[in-house]
Amino acid sequence: MSILSIEHLSVRLKSNKGMVNAVRDTSFSIEKGAIFGLVGESGCGKSVTAKSILKLHNPKASTITGKIEFEDMSVLAATEKKMRSIRGEKIAMIFQDPMTSLDPLMTVGKQISEGLIFHKKMTREAAKTESIELMSKVGITFPEKRYGQYPHEFSGGMLQRIMIATALSCKPQLLIADEPTTALDVTIQAQILKLMKKLQKEEDMAILIITHDLGVVANFCEEVGVMYAGEIFEKANVKTIFECPRHPYTIGLMKAIPRIGGNDKRLETISGMPPLLLGEIVGCPYSPRCPNATEKCQTIAPELRDIGNNHLVRCHNLSDTLWR
Amino acid sequence: MTTEKRENIGTDLSDYIRIENLKVYFGDEKRGKVLRAVDDVTFTIKKNEFFGLVGESGCGKSTLGRAMINLTPIRGGDVFFDEYNMTAKKKKLTAQETLVRNSAHMVFQNPFSSLNPRKTVRRQLSEVLRVHKMYPGQEMKRVQEMLAFVGIGKESMGKFPGQFSGGQLQRIAIARALLLEPQFVVADEPVSALDVSVQAQILNLFSELKEKLDLTMLFISHNLSVVEYISDRVGVMYVGKIVEIADVKELYEHTGHPYTRSLINSIPSPETGKEEAFYDSVLEGEMPNPMEEQKGCRFASRCKSKFDRCDTEIPQLLPLMDNPDHLVACHLCKHG
Repeated sequence: MSILSIEHLSVRLKSNKGMVNAVRDTSFSIEKGAIFGLVGESGCGKSVTAKSILKLHNPKASTITGKIEFEDMSVLAATEKKMRSIRGEKIAMIFQDPMTSLDPLMTVGKQISEGLIFHKKMTREAAKTESIELMSKVGITFPEKRYGQYPHEFSGGMLQRIMIATALSCKPQLLIADEPTTALDVTIQAQILKLMKKLQKEEDMAILIITHDLGVVANFCEEVGVMYAGEIFEKANVKTIFECPRHPYTIGLMKAIPRIGGNDKRLETISGMPPLLLGEIVGCPYSPRCPNATEKCQTIAPELRDIGNNHLVRCHNLSDTLWR
Repeated sequence: MTTEKRENIGTDLSDYIRIENLKVYFGDEKRGKVLRAVDDVTFTIKKNEFFGLVGESGCGKSTLGRAMINLTPIRGGDVFFDEYNMTAKKKKLTAQETLVRNSAHMVFQNPFSSLNPRKTVRRQLSEVLRVHKMYPGQEMKRVQEMLAFVGIGKESMGKFPGQFSGGQLQRIAIARALLLEPQFVVADEPVSALDVSVQAQILNLFSELKEKLDLTMLFISHNLSVVEYISDRVGVMYVGKIVEIADVKELYEHTGHPYTRSLINSIPSPETGKEEAFYDSVLEGEMPNPMEEQKGCRFASRCKSKFDRCDTEIPQLLPLMDNPDHLVACHLCKHG
């Protein structure tokens, strides 16, 4: 049973240059206890998608159409009061930079307990005991002492652990992690990914992870959606995406990353730049950069279609050759 | 600009740049609060070599790069370019010394902040030439030539940085560093701020520079796969010290230092089926506080193969017995 399903989601955001079509007709769903990865370059709409699940966009500066259903409840129709009871309790979120997403004027302990007091109606003391337990669970040494410290007294990796403890405090069914390891060093990134994977198994919660790092995707996710210009271009299980990608953009990304032990020949690049999302895009948004593009691509936008085994691709001219 | 192909790297031109006991300290030494950002580092870079420097944030790699070209005051030690001392404090430099010092340039991490947003590309690049009195009367031609070399058309010269994308801006920043015909360039995380597809374009540009120009480079990055792609030799830094130096192939195939191995293992590889190995090799713990005085090996607190000697004796960076070009600072290695 899917815990979250998104259908034909479109998000338009107001900017000083006009309306930006940040997300265009995106659909995907996440099963209970599964890990879904959204991958793409900056500006492709992956964070905007995540934020709309929690309705974090300013309603005055955005129009959202489509359907977002969380446990049979329509998120888009929900009132702000209802959303407040969901945020942090049923759906929690971890942001990219732990240094800026925690309150610098509040002890970390207080920030972890906040959700417990608000959602679970715990007393301060009970919340403190619970928070300290959470802190030791995410691998913070001397949690009793650390409970009363402020964010600046922690390193980046430790703060991300605090963020995770905060997010997990109410045992959410869905955790949204927006680039949770991008600001961290590789050795710390590996620690955090390992921790998240362990907790995900223990709590049986679903994770939506957003990242631009294909290495993180390969080692962490079960299902993957590749986003470009606000659309999902390709969606399949992680093995299929990495072993037989069919969309020219996915293949382009795979070829563009230097690999350890790879040969020294030139990296293949994707020429040009992602399109501006102001105004309407005619045809496939990738067509100006695509090696497979034909005339049809410039005029008719391709639909996301199933090519078997739940492998969905949005392209008129699939790449047939194995990419390696 | 010399555009002839570079040839026979490092045969008789070794030790073009020598860094000897370089120290960069921050803080108040009298009160004993000292951060040893670069702690007694000695190594050499060969002519026309691309030397990669990797390490986690805060290990001192940027400080080392900046200190080498006099952008950060040093506490002790020397940096030699050929026979010229780059960092010696002198009242008056000879003409030759000035020339040598001016032949080192830098490319910064974030092109959005390293270019002046209020000057056109033409203005901020030609300014560099005017200040250094190079190409008198031909500044515009030179700027155009270098921009063309990095793939920016002359129609873009009148634009402001805000009108370019990140990848284009990094190209312009590279052109700026190359304007004065540098011998040595320090590139500090030049692709970290860029997206994957653009990063590949800039990396290819760097390998073009390597082929076409007579250039020596220090390439600083936290990304080991990027460093492997671009460098001839690699140095690994940990808390102010270089812990391993080797040819790029040797480093990745016969890793000497346990820290280097952990760094390599920490990179999630972009292919499936390797998750188990990835999660099994996670390095626990964090980098120690660089303000604390060093008694033994800095890595001992996180090292799985640590033994008694590691806590009491600081390991020196020494050549390995079976490969004198491979230097490792670890008590476990057999030194020759």
